[in-house]
Amino acid sequence: MNNIFAVAGVVVKELYRRKDFYVLFVLTALITLILGSVSFFNDDRIVRYLKDVCLLLIWISSLVIAVTTTARQIPAERESRTIFPLLAKPMGRGEFIVGKFVGCWAACGVALIVFYFFFGVISASREHTLPLGPYFQAIWLHWICLGIIVAMVLLGSIVFAAPSSNATICLIVIVGIMFAGGHLNGVAIGMRGAGGVIVYAIYYLIPHLEWYDVRDLIVHDWGAIDWFICAGATIYGLLYAGFLLGLTWLVFRRKSLAV
Amino acid sequence: MSAVLEIHDLRVEFPNRELGKGKGPKLAVDGLNLRVNSGEVFGFLGPNGAGKTTTMNVLLGFVNATAGSASIFGVNVRQPIARQRIGYLPELTYYYKFLNTEELLRFYARIFRIPRREREKRIDAVLKLVELEESRKRLIKTYSKGMQQRVGLAQALINNPDLLILDEPTSGLDPLGRMKVREIIQRLKQEGKTVFFSSHELGEVETICDRVAILHEGKLRVEGSVADLVKEYQCDLEHAFLKIVGYQPKSRV
Repeated sequence: MNNIFAVAGVVVKELYRRKDFYVLFVLTALITLILGSVSFFNDDRIVRYLKDVCLLLIWISSLVIAVTTTARQIPAERESRTIFPLLAKPMGRGEFIVGKFVGCWAACGVALIVFYFFFGVISASREHTLPLGPYFQAIWLHWICLGIIVAMVLLGSIVFAAPSSNATICLIVIVGIMFAGGHLNGVAIGMRGAGGVIVYAIYYLIPHLEWYDVRDLIVHDWGAIDWFICAGATIYGLLYAGFLLGLTWLVFRRKSLAV
Repeated sequence: MSAVLEIHDLRVEFPNRELGKGKGPKLAVDGLNLRVNSGEVFGFLGPNGAGKTTTMNVLLGFVNATAGSASIFGVNVRQPIARQRIGYLPELTYYYKFLNTEELLRFYARIFRIPRREREKRIDAVLKLVELEESRKRLIKTYSKGMQQRVGLAQALINNPDLLILDEPTSGLDPLGRMKVREIIQRLKQEGKTVFFSSHELGEVETICDRVAILHEGKLRVEGSVADLVKEYQCDLEHAFLKIVGYQPKSRV
Protein backbone atom coordinates (compact mmCIF):
# COMPACT_ATOMS: atom_id res chain seq x y z
CA MET A 1 0.00 0.00 0.00
CA ASN A 2 2.94 2.30 0.75
CA ASN A 3 4.06 2.40 -2.88
CA ILE A 4 0.50 2.83 -4.13
CA PHE A 5 -0.08 5.87 -1.94
CA ALA A 6 3.35 7.30 -2.81
CA VAL A 7 2.53 7.18 -6.54
CA ALA A 8 -1.01 8.46 -5.93
CA GLY A 9 0.41 11.39 -3.95
CA VAL A 10 2.61 12.43 -6.87
CA VAL A 11 -0.35 12.20 -9.27
CA VAL A 12 -2.43 14.50 -7.06
CA LYS A 13 0.53 16.88 -6.61
CA GLU A 14 0.99 17.06 -10.37
CA LEU A 15 -2.68 17.90 -10.86
CA TYR A 16 -2.82 20.75 -8.43
CA ARG A 17 0.37 22.21 -9.84
CA ARG A 18 -0.91 22.20 -13.41
CA LYS A 19 -2.86 25.14 -14.79
CA ASP A 20 -5.29 23.34 -17.12
CA PHE A 21 -6.95 21.62 -14.20
CA TYR A 22 -7.77 24.99 -12.62
CA VAL A 23 -9.11 26.45 -15.86
CA LEU A 24 -11.80 23.78 -16.14
CA PHE A 25 -12.37 23.91 -12.44
CA VAL A 26 -12.90 27.68 -12.24
CA LEU A 27 -14.98 27.69 -15.42
CA THR A 28 -17.40 25.06 -14.12
CA ALA A 29 -17.64 26.70 -10.71
CA LEU A 30 -18.31 30.07 -12.33
CA ILE A 31 -21.03 28.81 -14.66
CA THR A 32 -22.65 26.90 -11.77
CA LEU A 33 -22.63 30.06 -9.67
CA ILE A 34 -24.08 32.27 -12.43
CA LEU A 35 -26.75 29.79 -13.48
CA GLY A 36 -27.66 29.13 -9.88
CA SER A 37 -28.05 32.78 -9.03
CA VAL A 38 -30.23 33.70 -12.03
CA SER A 39 -33.89 34.23 -11.14
CA PHE A 40 -36.67 33.55 -13.66
CA PHE A 41 -39.83 34.66 -11.85
CA ASN A 42 -39.34 31.74 -9.44
CA ASP A 43 -40.92 29.43 -12.00
CA ASP A 44 -40.41 25.90 -10.64
CA ARG A 45 -39.88 24.33 -14.07
CA ILE A 46 -37.18 26.82 -15.00
CA VAL A 47 -35.43 26.34 -11.67
CA ARG A 48 -35.46 22.59 -12.24
CA TYR A 49 -34.17 23.07 -15.76
CA LEU A 50 -31.30 25.25 -14.53
CA LYS A 51 -30.42 22.71 -11.86
CA ASP A 52 -30.37 20.01 -14.53
CA VAL A 53 -28.07 22.10 -16.73
CA CYS A 54 -25.72 22.79 -13.80
CA LEU A 55 -25.52 19.12 -12.87
CA LEU A 56 -24.97 18.14 -16.51
CA LEU A 57 -22.12 20.63 -16.62
CA ILE A 58 -20.62 19.06 -13.49
CA TRP A 59 -20.89 15.63 -15.13
CA ILE A 60 -19.22 16.82 -18.34
CA SER A 61 -16.42 18.62 -16.47
CA SER A 62 -15.72 15.69 -14.19
CA LEU A 63 -15.69 13.37 -17.19
CA VAL A 64 -13.22 15.60 -19.03
CA ILE A 65 -11.00 15.88 -15.93
CA ALA A 66 -11.07 12.11 -15.35
CA VAL A 67 -10.37 11.15 -18.98
CA THR A 68 -7.74 13.77 -19.81
CA THR A 69 -5.91 13.35 -16.52
CA THR A 70 -5.80 9.58 -16.66
CA ALA A 71 -5.07 9.26 -20.37
CA ARG A 72 -1.73 11.06 -20.09
CA GLN A 73 -0.45 9.42 -16.90
CA ILE A 74 1.43 6.36 -18.16
CA PRO A 75 2.30 7.67 -21.67
CA ALA A 76 3.77 10.81 -20.08
CA GLU A 77 5.84 8.72 -17.67
CA ARG A 78 7.22 6.75 -20.61
CA GLU A 79 7.75 9.73 -22.85
CA SER A 80 9.57 11.76 -20.20
CA ARG A 81 11.39 8.59 -19.05
CA THR A 82 10.47 9.20 -15.43
CA ILE A 83 9.17 5.64 -15.39
CA PHE A 84 12.73 4.27 -15.50
CA PRO A 85 14.11 5.58 -12.20
CA LEU A 86 10.73 4.82 -10.63
CA LEU A 87 10.46 1.17 -11.71
CA ALA A 88 14.17 0.67 -10.97
CA LYS A 89 13.09 0.84 -7.35
CA PRO A 90 11.29 -1.92 -5.45
CA MET A 91 7.97 -1.07 -7.03
CA GLY A 92 5.92 -3.66 -8.86
CA ARG A 93 4.12 -2.75 -12.07
CA GLY A 94 0.83 -3.64 -10.41
CA GLU A 95 1.53 -1.15 -7.61
CA PHE A 96 2.41 1.45 -10.20
CA ILE A 97 -0.91 0.98 -12.02
CA VAL A 98 -2.99 0.94 -8.86
CA GLY A 99 -1.11 4.03 -7.60
CA LYS A 100 -1.96 5.89 -10.79
CA PHE A 101 -5.58 4.76 -10.49
CA VAL A 102 -5.88 5.85 -6.85
CA GLY A 103 -4.26 9.22 -7.60
CA CYS A 104 -6.55 10.01 -10.54
CA TRP A 105 -9.64 8.75 -8.75
CA ALA A 106 -8.83 10.74 -5.61
CA ALA A 107 -8.27 13.90 -7.68
CA CYS A 108 -11.64 13.36 -9.37
CA GLY A 109 -13.21 12.92 -5.94
CA VAL A 110 -11.81 16.24 -4.71
CA ALA A 111 -13.05 17.99 -7.85
CA LEU A 112 -16.52 16.45 -7.40
CA ILE A 113 -16.78 17.56 -3.79
CA VAL A 114 -15.93 21.15 -4.74
CA PHE A 115 -18.32 21.17 -7.72
CA TYR A 116 -21.23 19.77 -5.69
CA PHE A 117 -20.38 22.08 -2.79
CA PHE A 118 -20.77 25.13 -5.05
CA PHE A 119 -23.96 23.74 -6.49
CA GLY A 120 -25.34 22.79 -3.07
CA VAL A 121 -24.62 26.20 -1.56
CA ILE A 122 -26.36 28.05 -4.41
CA SER A 123 -29.27 25.64 -4.49
CA ALA A 124 -29.75 25.70 -0.70
CA SER A 125 -29.54 29.48 -0.53
CA ARG A 126 -32.44 29.78 -2.97
CA GLU A 127 -34.61 26.89 -1.86
CA HIS A 128 -33.75 27.07 1.86
CA THR A 129 -33.35 23.31 1.99
CA LEU A 130 -30.56 20.84 1.33
CA PRO A 131 -31.60 17.17 1.15
CA LEU A 132 -28.37 15.54 2.35
CA GLY A 133 -29.28 11.94 1.47
CA PRO A 134 -29.85 12.50 -2.27
CA TYR A 135 -26.83 14.83 -2.44
CA PHE A 136 -24.58 12.25 -0.82
CA GLN A 137 -25.87 9.50 -3.12
CA ALA A 138 -25.44 11.66 -6.20
CA ILE A 139 -21.81 12.49 -5.30
CA TRP A 140 -21.00 8.95 -4.19
CA LEU A 141 -22.43 7.21 -7.26
CA HIS A 142 -20.88 9.84 -9.52
CA TRP A 143 -17.49 9.12 -7.92
CA ILE A 144 -17.91 5.34 -8.28
CA CYS A 145 -18.77 5.89 -11.95
CA LEU A 146 -15.58 7.94 -12.36
CA GLY A 147 -13.67 5.03 -10.78
CA ILE A 148 -14.82 2.74 -13.61
CA ILE A 149 -13.98 5.45 -16.15
CA VAL A 150 -10.49 6.05 -14.72
CA ALA A 151 -9.76 2.29 -14.80
CA MET A 152 -11.06 2.10 -18.38
CA VAL A 153 -8.89 5.00 -19.55
CA LEU A 154 -5.87 3.56 -17.75
CA LEU A 155 -6.32 0.33 -19.72
CA GLY A 156 -6.66 2.40 -22.89
CA SER A 157 -3.42 4.22 -22.11
CA ILE A 158 -1.54 0.91 -22.20
CA VAL A 159 -3.25 -0.30 -25.37
CA PHE A 160 -3.30 2.87 -27.48
CA ALA A 161 -0.08 4.69 -28.25
CA ALA A 162 -1.17 8.32 -28.12
CA PRO A 163 -2.99 9.85 -25.12
CA SER A 164 -5.16 11.95 -27.47
CA SER A 165 -6.46 8.91 -29.38
CA ASN A 166 -7.04 7.07 -26.11
CA ALA A 167 -8.97 10.03 -24.67
CA THR A 168 -11.09 10.36 -27.82
CA ILE A 169 -11.92 6.65 -28.04
CA CYS A 170 -12.72 6.45 -24.33
CA LEU A 171 -14.94 9.55 -24.46
CA ILE A 172 -16.88 8.12 -27.40
CA VAL A 173 -17.30 4.77 -25.60
CA ILE A 174 -18.34 6.44 -22.33
CA VAL A 175 -20.84 8.79 -23.95
CA GLY A 176 -22.14 5.86 -26.04
CA ILE A 177 -22.69 3.76 -22.91
CA MET A 178 -24.32 6.65 -21.06
CA PHE A 179 -26.82 7.27 -23.86
CA ALA A 180 -27.38 3.83 -25.39
CA GLY A 181 -26.13 1.32 -22.80
CA GLY A 182 -29.46 1.00 -21.02
CA HIS A 183 -31.44 0.51 -24.23
CA LEU A 184 -29.37 -2.30 -25.73
CA ASN A 185 -31.49 -5.08 -24.21
CA GLY A 186 -34.59 -3.48 -25.72
CA VAL A 187 -32.85 -3.37 -29.09
CA ALA A 188 -31.78 -7.03 -28.73
CA ILE A 189 -35.37 -8.17 -28.16
CA GLY A 190 -36.33 -6.76 -31.54
CA MET A 191 -33.44 -8.49 -33.32
CA ARG A 192 -33.31 -12.06 -34.55
CA GLY A 193 -30.45 -14.56 -34.78
CA ALA A 194 -26.79 -13.86 -34.09
CA GLY A 195 -27.28 -10.09 -34.13
CA GLY A 196 -29.60 -10.24 -31.15
CA VAL A 197 -27.21 -12.50 -29.25
CA ILE A 198 -24.32 -10.14 -29.93
CA VAL A 199 -26.27 -7.09 -28.76
CA TYR A 200 -27.36 -8.98 -25.64
CA ALA A 201 -23.75 -9.99 -24.98
CA ILE A 202 -22.66 -6.36 -25.32
CA TYR A 203 -25.45 -5.30 -22.95
CA TYR A 204 -24.18 -7.66 -20.26
CA LEU A 205 -20.48 -7.01 -20.89
CA ILE A 206 -20.35 -3.21 -20.84
CA PRO A 207 -20.15 -1.32 -17.57
CA HIS A 208 -23.54 0.33 -17.09
CA LEU A 209 -22.39 3.85 -16.35
CA GLU A 210 -25.90 5.21 -16.88
CA TRP A 211 -26.98 3.60 -13.58
CA TYR A 212 -24.79 6.10 -11.73
CA ASP A 213 -26.43 9.18 -13.19
CA VAL A 214 -28.90 10.05 -10.43
CA ARG A 215 -29.17 13.78 -11.15
CA ASP A 216 -32.96 13.49 -11.14
CA LEU A 217 -32.92 12.89 -7.39
CA ILE A 218 -31.68 16.43 -6.91
CA VAL A 219 -33.40 18.10 -9.88
CA HIS A 220 -36.89 16.82 -9.05
CA ASP A 221 -36.39 16.65 -5.27
CA TRP A 222 -37.11 12.94 -5.21
CA GLY A 223 -35.97 11.33 -2.00
CA ALA A 224 -32.89 9.16 -1.64
CA ILE A 225 -32.87 5.80 -3.39
CA ASP A 226 -32.75 2.59 -1.37
CA TRP A 227 -29.36 2.35 0.34
CA PHE A 228 -29.10 -1.34 -0.62
CA ILE A 229 -29.35 -0.37 -4.28
CA CYS A 230 -26.69 2.25 -3.69
CA ALA A 231 -24.45 -0.37 -2.02
CA GLY A 232 -25.09 -2.80 -4.88
CA ALA A 233 -24.11 -0.17 -7.46
CA THR A 234 -20.96 0.54 -5.42
CA ILE A 235 -19.98 -3.13 -5.37
CA TYR A 236 -20.71 -3.46 -9.10
CA GLY A 237 -18.59 -0.37 -9.83
CA LEU A 238 -15.68 -1.50 -7.67
CA LEU A 239 -15.72 -4.97 -9.20
CA TYR A 240 -15.76 -3.52 -12.68
CA ALA A 241 -12.92 -1.11 -11.89
CA GLY A 242 -10.97 -4.00 -10.35
CA PHE A 243 -11.56 -6.11 -13.44
CA LEU A 244 -10.34 -3.32 -15.73
CA LEU A 245 -7.28 -2.72 -13.53
CA GLY A 246 -6.54 -6.45 -13.62
CA LEU A 247 -6.65 -6.34 -17.43
CA THR A 248 -4.36 -3.29 -17.41
CA TRP A 249 -1.88 -5.13 -15.22
CA LEU A 250 -1.99 -8.22 -17.45
CA VAL A 251 -1.17 -6.13 -20.52
CA PHE A 252 1.46 -4.01 -18.76
CA ARG A 253 3.27 -6.54 -16.56
CA ARG A 254 5.41 -8.08 -19.33
CA LYS A 255 5.48 -5.07 -21.61
CA SER A 256 8.96 -4.05 -22.68
CA LEU A 257 9.74 -0.47 -21.63
CA ALA A 258 12.81 -0.14 -23.84
CA VAL A 259 12.77 2.79 -26.22
CA MET B 1 34.28 -12.60 -2.92
CA SER B 2 30.52 -12.96 -3.04
CA ALA B 3 28.68 -12.30 -6.30
CA VAL B 4 26.42 -9.26 -6.29
CA LEU B 5 25.25 -9.56 -9.84
CA GLU B 6 25.12 -12.68 -11.97
CA ILE B 7 24.03 -13.15 -15.54
CA HIS B 8 23.76 -16.60 -17.14
CA ASP B 9 23.39 -17.22 -20.88
CA LEU B 10 21.37 -14.06 -21.32
CA ARG B 11 19.74 -13.65 -24.69
CA VAL B 12 17.53 -10.73 -25.65
CA GLU B 13 15.71 -10.49 -28.96
CA PHE B 14 13.57 -7.64 -30.20
CA PRO B 15 11.03 -7.85 -33.01
CA ASN B 16 12.57 -6.59 -36.22
CA ARG B 17 10.63 -3.58 -37.41
CA GLU B 18 12.52 -3.31 -40.68
CA LEU B 19 10.47 -4.04 -43.78
CA GLY B 20 11.21 -7.06 -45.87
CA LYS B 21 10.55 -10.77 -45.83
CA GLY B 22 12.71 -13.25 -44.01
CA LYS B 23 13.92 -10.80 -41.40
CA GLY B 24 14.00 -12.53 -38.08
CA PRO B 25 14.08 -10.91 -34.66
CA LYS B 26 16.90 -8.52 -33.89
CA LEU B 27 19.43 -9.99 -31.50
CA ALA B 28 20.46 -7.42 -28.89
CA VAL B 29 22.31 -9.67 -26.42
CA ASP B 30 23.58 -13.14 -27.22
CA GLY B 31 24.63 -15.69 -24.60
CA LEU B 32 26.00 -13.20 -22.08
CA ASN B 33 27.58 -14.56 -18.92
CA LEU B 34 28.79 -12.09 -16.32
CA ARG B 35 29.58 -11.96 -12.64
CA VAL B 36 30.22 -8.82 -10.63
CA ASN B 37 31.69 -9.27 -7.17
CA SER B 38 31.02 -7.34 -4.02
CA GLY B 39 33.04 -4.12 -3.67
CA GLU B 40 34.10 -3.97 -7.31
CA VAL B 41 33.86 -1.06 -9.69
CA PHE B 42 32.93 -2.82 -12.89
CA GLY B 43 33.06 -1.09 -16.27
CA PHE B 44 30.61 -2.34 -18.86
CA LEU B 45 31.95 -1.22 -22.21
CA GLY B 46 31.09 -1.47 -25.84
CA PRO B 47 30.35 0.64 -28.89
CA ASN B 48 26.88 2.10 -29.41
CA GLY B 49 24.34 -0.65 -30.04
CA ALA B 50 26.52 -3.31 -28.41
CA GLY B 51 23.78 -4.30 -25.95
CA LYS B 52 24.95 -2.52 -22.78
CA THR B 53 21.76 -0.60 -22.10
CA THR B 54 19.63 -3.63 -23.03
CA THR B 55 21.53 -5.71 -20.47
CA MET B 56 20.98 -3.01 -17.86
CA ASN B 57 17.30 -2.88 -18.83
CA VAL B 58 17.04 -6.62 -18.17
CA LEU B 59 18.76 -6.20 -14.80
CA LEU B 60 16.26 -3.52 -13.85
CA GLY B 61 13.23 -5.43 -15.11
CA PHE B 62 12.39 -3.02 -17.96
CA VAL B 63 12.95 -5.65 -20.63
CA ASN B 64 12.31 -9.38 -20.50
CA ALA B 65 15.08 -11.76 -21.41
CA THR B 66 14.28 -14.12 -24.29
CA ALA B 67 16.43 -16.78 -22.61
CA GLY B 68 18.83 -17.08 -19.70
CA SER B 69 18.63 -15.56 -16.27
CA ALA B 70 19.93 -12.67 -14.22
CA SER B 71 20.01 -12.14 -10.49
CA ILE B 72 20.99 -9.37 -8.11
CA PHE B 73 22.02 -10.40 -4.60
CA GLY B 74 20.77 -13.87 -5.50
CA VAL B 75 17.22 -12.66 -6.30
CA ASN B 76 15.77 -13.01 -9.79
CA VAL B 77 15.63 -9.58 -11.41
CA ARG B 78 11.95 -10.08 -12.31
CA GLN B 79 11.05 -9.66 -8.64
CA PRO B 80 10.72 -6.04 -7.46
CA ILE B 81 12.46 -6.89 -4.18
CA ALA B 82 15.67 -7.51 -6.18
CA ARG B 83 15.85 -3.74 -6.57
CA GLN B 84 15.70 -2.96 -2.84
CA ARG B 85 19.47 -2.64 -2.48
CA ILE B 86 20.33 -1.05 -5.80
CA GLY B 87 20.59 2.52 -7.04
CA TYR B 88 20.15 3.32 -10.70
CA LEU B 89 21.14 6.34 -12.71
CA PRO B 90 19.75 6.32 -16.25
CA GLU B 91 21.73 7.70 -19.18
CA LEU B 92 19.25 10.50 -19.72
CA THR B 93 17.96 11.93 -16.49
CA TYR B 94 14.41 13.18 -16.50
CA TYR B 95 12.55 13.66 -13.27
CA TYR B 96 9.14 15.04 -12.39
CA LYS B 97 9.39 18.67 -13.40
CA PHE B 98 6.64 19.80 -11.06
CA LEU B 99 8.57 18.57 -8.00
CA ASN B 100 11.56 20.12 -6.30
CA THR B 101 14.60 18.01 -5.43
CA GLU B 102 13.60 17.53 -1.83
CA GLU B 103 10.11 16.33 -2.77
CA LEU B 104 11.50 13.99 -5.41
CA LEU B 105 13.96 12.43 -2.97
CA ARG B 106 11.24 12.11 -0.32
CA PHE B 107 9.04 10.31 -2.85
CA TYR B 108 11.77 7.84 -3.79
CA ALA B 109 12.79 7.35 -0.14
CA ARG B 110 9.20 6.44 0.66
CA ILE B 111 9.28 3.72 -2.01
CA PHE B 112 12.33 2.24 -0.29
CA ARG B 113 10.34 2.32 2.98
CA ILE B 114 12.95 4.41 4.73
CA PRO B 115 11.44 5.48 8.07
CA ARG B 116 10.32 9.11 8.15
CA ARG B 117 12.96 10.36 10.61
CA GLU B 118 15.78 8.60 8.82
CA ARG B 119 14.38 9.78 5.46
CA GLU B 120 15.11 13.45 6.20
CA LYS B 121 18.64 12.66 7.40
CA ARG B 122 19.29 10.63 4.28
CA ILE B 123 17.97 13.42 2.04
CA ASP B 124 20.29 15.91 3.77
CA ALA B 125 23.25 13.53 3.37
CA VAL B 126 22.79 12.86 -0.35
CA LEU B 127 22.10 16.51 -1.14
CA LYS B 128 25.33 17.39 0.64
CA LEU B 129 27.19 14.70 -1.28
CA VAL B 130 26.01 15.96 -4.68
CA GLU B 131 26.28 19.62 -3.57
CA LEU B 132 22.65 20.55 -4.14
CA GLU B 133 21.79 21.68 -0.60
CA GLU B 134 21.29 25.29 -1.65
CA SER B 135 18.83 24.53 -4.42
CA ARG B 136 16.86 21.77 -2.74
CA LYS B 137 13.61 23.78 -2.84
CA ARG B 138 13.92 24.71 -6.50
CA LEU B 139 11.80 22.95 -9.12
CA ILE B 140 13.89 20.46 -11.08
CA LYS B 141 12.85 22.00 -14.40
CA THR B 142 14.88 25.10 -13.51
CA TYR B 143 18.12 23.09 -13.12
CA SER B 144 21.01 22.96 -15.58
CA LYS B 145 21.93 19.62 -17.18
CA GLY B 146 24.81 19.10 -14.75
CA MET B 147 22.55 19.79 -11.78
CA GLN B 148 19.93 17.38 -13.14
CA GLN B 149 22.60 14.72 -13.43
CA ARG B 150 23.47 15.33 -9.78
CA VAL B 151 19.78 15.00 -8.87
CA GLY B 152 19.97 11.68 -10.70
CA LEU B 153 22.91 10.63 -8.58
CA ALA B 154 21.16 11.78 -5.41
CA GLN B 155 18.09 9.66 -6.17
CA ALA B 156 20.31 6.71 -7.01
CA LEU B 157 21.98 7.01 -3.60
CA ILE B 158 18.89 7.75 -1.48
CA ASN B 159 18.61 4.17 -0.18
CA ASN B 160 22.35 3.90 0.55
CA PRO B 161 22.54 1.11 -2.06
CA ASP B 162 25.00 -1.75 -2.02
CA LEU B 163 25.01 -1.88 -5.82
CA LEU B 164 24.94 1.12 -8.10
CA ILE B 165 24.02 0.71 -11.75
CA LEU B 166 25.07 3.78 -13.72
CA ASP B 167 24.31 4.10 -17.41
CA GLU B 168 26.86 6.50 -18.88
CA PRO B 169 26.88 8.73 -15.79
CA THR B 170 29.19 11.36 -17.26
CA SER B 171 27.73 11.67 -20.74
CA GLY B 172 27.05 15.26 -21.69
CA LEU B 173 28.71 16.71 -18.60
CA ASP B 174 31.41 19.35 -18.62
CA PRO B 175 34.88 18.40 -17.26
CA LEU B 176 33.99 19.71 -13.80
CA GLY B 177 30.78 17.72 -13.69
CA ARG B 178 32.62 14.62 -14.87
CA MET B 179 35.25 15.08 -12.18
CA LYS B 180 32.55 15.34 -9.50
CA VAL B 181 30.83 12.16 -10.67
CA ARG B 182 34.19 10.38 -10.73
CA GLU B 183 34.95 11.55 -7.19
CA ILE B 184 31.58 10.26 -5.99
CA ILE B 185 32.19 6.85 -7.60
CA GLN B 186 35.62 6.67 -5.97
CA ARG B 187 34.16 7.61 -2.61
CA LEU B 188 31.54 4.88 -2.97
CA LYS B 189 34.27 2.42 -3.85
CA GLN B 190 36.12 3.35 -0.64
CA GLU B 191 32.89 2.71 1.27
CA GLY B 192 32.87 -0.81 -0.17
CA LYS B 193 29.95 -0.32 -2.55
CA THR B 194 29.71 -2.20 -5.82
CA VAL B 195 29.44 -0.04 -8.92
CA PHE B 196 28.40 -1.40 -12.31
CA PHE B 197 28.60 1.25 -14.95
CA SER B 198 28.72 1.75 -18.67
CA SER B 199 30.77 4.49 -20.23
CA HIS B 200 32.44 5.62 -23.41
CA GLU B 201 35.05 7.59 -21.45
CA LEU B 202 37.74 4.94 -21.51
CA GLY B 203 40.36 7.06 -19.75
CA GLU B 204 37.96 7.44 -16.88
CA VAL B 205 37.18 3.71 -16.88
CA GLU B 206 40.88 2.93 -16.76
CA THR B 207 41.29 5.20 -13.74
CA ILE B 208 38.44 3.97 -11.58
CA CYS B 209 37.48 0.44 -12.64
CA ASP B 210 38.76 -2.78 -11.12
CA ARG B 211 37.42 -4.96 -13.88
CA VAL B 212 35.79 -4.42 -17.25
CA ALA B 213 33.72 -6.37 -19.74
CA ILE B 214 33.65 -5.42 -23.41
CA LEU B 215 30.52 -6.19 -25.35
CA HIS B 216 30.30 -6.05 -29.14
CA GLU B 217 27.28 -6.90 -31.29
CA GLY B 218 25.56 -8.41 -28.28
CA LYS B 219 28.38 -10.79 -27.44
CA LEU B 220 30.88 -10.62 -24.61
CA ARG B 221 34.34 -10.23 -26.19
CA VAL B 222 36.56 -9.74 -23.17
CA GLU B 223 36.23 -9.74 -19.41
CA GLY B 224 39.00 -9.13 -16.93
CA SER B 225 40.92 -6.67 -14.83
CA VAL B 226 42.00 -3.40 -16.43
CA ALA B 227 45.63 -4.11 -15.56
CA ASP B 228 45.54 -7.53 -17.25
CA LEU B 229 43.96 -6.12 -20.39
CA VAL B 230 46.48 -3.34 -20.68
CA LYS B 231 49.29 -5.85 -20.16
CA GLU B 232 47.88 -8.33 -22.65
CA TYR B 233 47.32 -5.82 -25.44
CA GLN B 234 50.45 -3.78 -24.68
CA CYS B 235 48.60 -0.50 -24.95
CA ASP B 236 46.17 1.69 -23.05
CA LEU B 237 42.53 0.67 -22.58
CA GLU B 238 41.28 2.81 -25.45
CA HIS B 239 43.54 1.12 -27.98
CA ALA B 240 42.85 -2.29 -26.48
CA PHE B 241 39.12 -1.57 -26.83
CA LEU B 242 39.54 -0.63 -30.50
CA LYS B 243 41.46 -3.82 -31.19
CA ILE B 244 38.85 -5.94 -29.40
CA VAL B 245 35.92 -4.50 -31.36
CA GLY B 246 37.89 -4.97 -34.58
CA TYR B 247 38.41 -1.35 -35.54
CA GLN B 248 40.70 -0.99 -38.56
CA PRO B 249 42.11 2.49 -39.15
CA LYS B 250 41.70 3.54 -42.80
CA SER B 251 44.98 3.79 -44.66
CA ARG B 252 45.92 7.21 -45.89
CA VAL B 253 45.05 8.05 -49.49
